[in-house]
Amino acid sequence: MNIIVCVKRVPATDSKIKIAPSGVAIDPTGVEYVLNPYDEFAVEEALKLKEAAGAGSVTVVTLGSSEAQKMLRDVLAMGADKAVLLRDGGVAHDGYSTAECLAAWIKTQPFDAIFTGKQAVDSDNSQLGPRLAALLDLPCVSEIVKLTVEGRTFIAERDIEGAREVVRGSLPAVLTAQKGLNQPRYANLKGIMAAKKKPLEEIDAAAIAPATEVASLSLPPERPPGRILGEGAAAVGKLIEVLRNEAKVL
Amino acid sequence: MTNVVVVAEARGGIVKRPTHEAIGAALGLTAKAGGQVIVLLPGSGLANASAELAGSGAHRVVALDAPALANYSGDGYARAILEVLPELDASVVLMPHTAMGKDLMPRIAARLGAGMVSDAVDLHYEGGRFGATKPVYAGKATLRAMAKGKPFVATLRPNNFEAAPGGGSAAVEERKPSFGPDALRAVVTEVVAAAGDRVPLQEARVIVAGGRGLKGPEHFHLIEDLAKAFGPGRAAVGASRAVVDAGWRPHAEQVGQTGKVVSPTLYIACGISGAIQHLAGMRTSRTIVAINKDPDAPIFKVADYGIVGDVFEVLPALTAAVAEAVKQ
Ligand SMILES: Cc1cc2nc3c(=O)[nH]c(=O)nc-3n(C[C@H](O)[C@H](O)[C@H](O)COP(=O)(O)OP(=O)(O)OC[C@H]3O[C@@H](n4cnc5c(N)ncnc54)[C@H](O)[C@@H]3O)c2cc1C
Ligand SMILES: Nc1ncnc2c1ncn2[C@@H]1O[C@H](COP(=O)(O)O)[C@@H](O)[C@H]1O
Repeated sequence: MNIIVCVKRVPATDSKIKIAPSGVAIDPTGVEYVLNPYDEFAVEEALKLKEAAGAGSVTVVTLGSSEAQKMLRDVLAMGADKAVLLRDGGVAHDGYSTAECLAAWIKTQPFDAIFTGKQAVDSDNSQLGPRLAALLDLPCVSEIVKLTVEGRTFIAERDIEGAREVVRGSLPAVLTAQKGLNQPRYANLKGIMAAKKKPLEEIDAAAIAPATEVASLSLPPERPPGRILGEGAAAVGKLIEVLRNEAKVL
Repeated sequence: MTNVVVVAEARGGIVKRPTHEAIGAALGLTAKAGGQVIVLLPGSGLANASAELAGSGAHRVVALDAPALANYSGDGYARAILEVLPELDASVVLMPHTAMGKDLMPRIAARLGAGMVSDAVDLHYEGGRFGATKPVYAGKATLRAMAKGKPFVATLRPNNFEAAPGGGSAAVEERKPSFGPDALRAVVTEVVAAAGDRVPLQEARVIVAGGRGLKGPEHFHLIEDLAKAFGPGRAAVGASRAVVDAGWRPHAEQVGQTGKVVSPTLYIACGISGAIQHLAGMRTSRTIVAINKDPDAPIFKVADYGIVGDVFEVLPALTAAVAEAVKQ
């Protein structure tokens, strides 16, 4: 079972975001970067699938700058076999060009399954998985919370508004990981040592320009300061009154 | 010409409410850029849905009615839509940012070679170009992006755009996909409805959310009771990650950066501290109420109205008062 996992380096979720003087990007000073949280589930599921198959390899790939090397080593330490860094040459890719660059590289690779996270928590795009599926002409199930694979057949479950969909298909396929899919493992010392010797290849990404242009990046307007209406159950009457007369939501 | 195509979301032949918001947003664009709003409706058994959309304010409705489209399937829906898109002359394709929209629109954008903005909260037309504004970094920043070419694809955050006012009687046309159910490579074999007649979190006008301050799963009836007090079909229950991770509540109820992003008319946070990852999921709610016993809890910084107090004392009183207010 050969599996490709797309992973992205993103600011930790508790980072404070500041805008760079350019006005179209964030200021990276003081920001801690981590593996995208949803990609942890994607990596874990790929490792489990390979282990269950008893043979094959897990290759992780990222489109980004050389700074993503550390994140790739972290994923190798979790148990991935091989890592590839597609150098973006400083291009600020959008959903379109990210998918085109990754698809161009994936087309040169053998694989039975592709995993991505359901969403990168920087762009919050949730585009890559289904875009890759369309470009590679593969079936795709996004935001999966459960997966079983038997032979070449898979059954995946995903939550939709007010219900759960059970989807059946066959490999090769693209699957995007939602929280709840599994419990990602931590890298142990042995894994960290082994990761140092695993292959990490850096190559230039295909030269593809984004289809959208960032006009501006700004901080959201602050919410106007709120009011403490009072303490305990005694304040309930006041709350009902403001909800009805000021906020007009009752 | 520059038409705006709205892909309607119908499940079981019933049009989902955010579709009307997308039509409203599309009408906003054509008011500036000209052209028609064309609703594209994939599904099966669409007579009622087509009639409803014909009166939505859109200019045309194109129904893609076929057994192969009875259940949502990403490859089937994408293929059927791509078969008819060329004749619709679309400059923009819109759909709500729902489980279906998120899964379907990136496939359409990829096949069109198009730029796409997901989870858009505003749409733009400037100097002949289309674009959108969306929250990024979990709402900690706002991105305004303009497409370099056409068509441009966007998914729209539910509860954010004004629904189309309705009216008119658009012609309903029918098209048949060229393929049957056998052509689908990933098929939905089952749709398991969530228990009860719950309102989906992202569609609820009111969300009552509980956190660790509730002390245990056995006390969440306090949250459910308050939600019920708003009347049937109006309110949903949300939860912080702490209580989801503890197994008190299902993950489907989690609000925040690694849960659902919601923007209801009213969000009531009960016994939730207001961690940055939680705020990411609810800070664009129209009115936020916080109930917390700690006056310094960060949730009070984003709340419009706060009550400092014990949820065990405040919630029963609030439930009774809301039930009374809703009756009037
Ligand atoms: C990568 C990552 C992703 C995350 N994603 C999310 C996410 O999507 N959603 C999310 O919610 N969190 C998320 N978190 C977790 C987040 O950081 C917080 O840990 C979590 O939101 C805390 O939940 P809580 O407010 O219920 O609990 P606590 O922080 O423990 O707060 C409980 C609150 O209840 C109050 N309280 C206690 N007793 C009472 C009482 N009797 N009456 C009234 N008030 C009372 C306390 O004063 C306190 O403010 C994420 C964290 C990480 C690292
Ligand atoms: N630059 C990238 N390199 C590799 N994988 C990526 C990249 N951007 C996004 N992904 C993958 O696609 C998923 C969804 O990202 P997005 O569509 O940007 O929200 C992420 O969870 C990653 O698995």
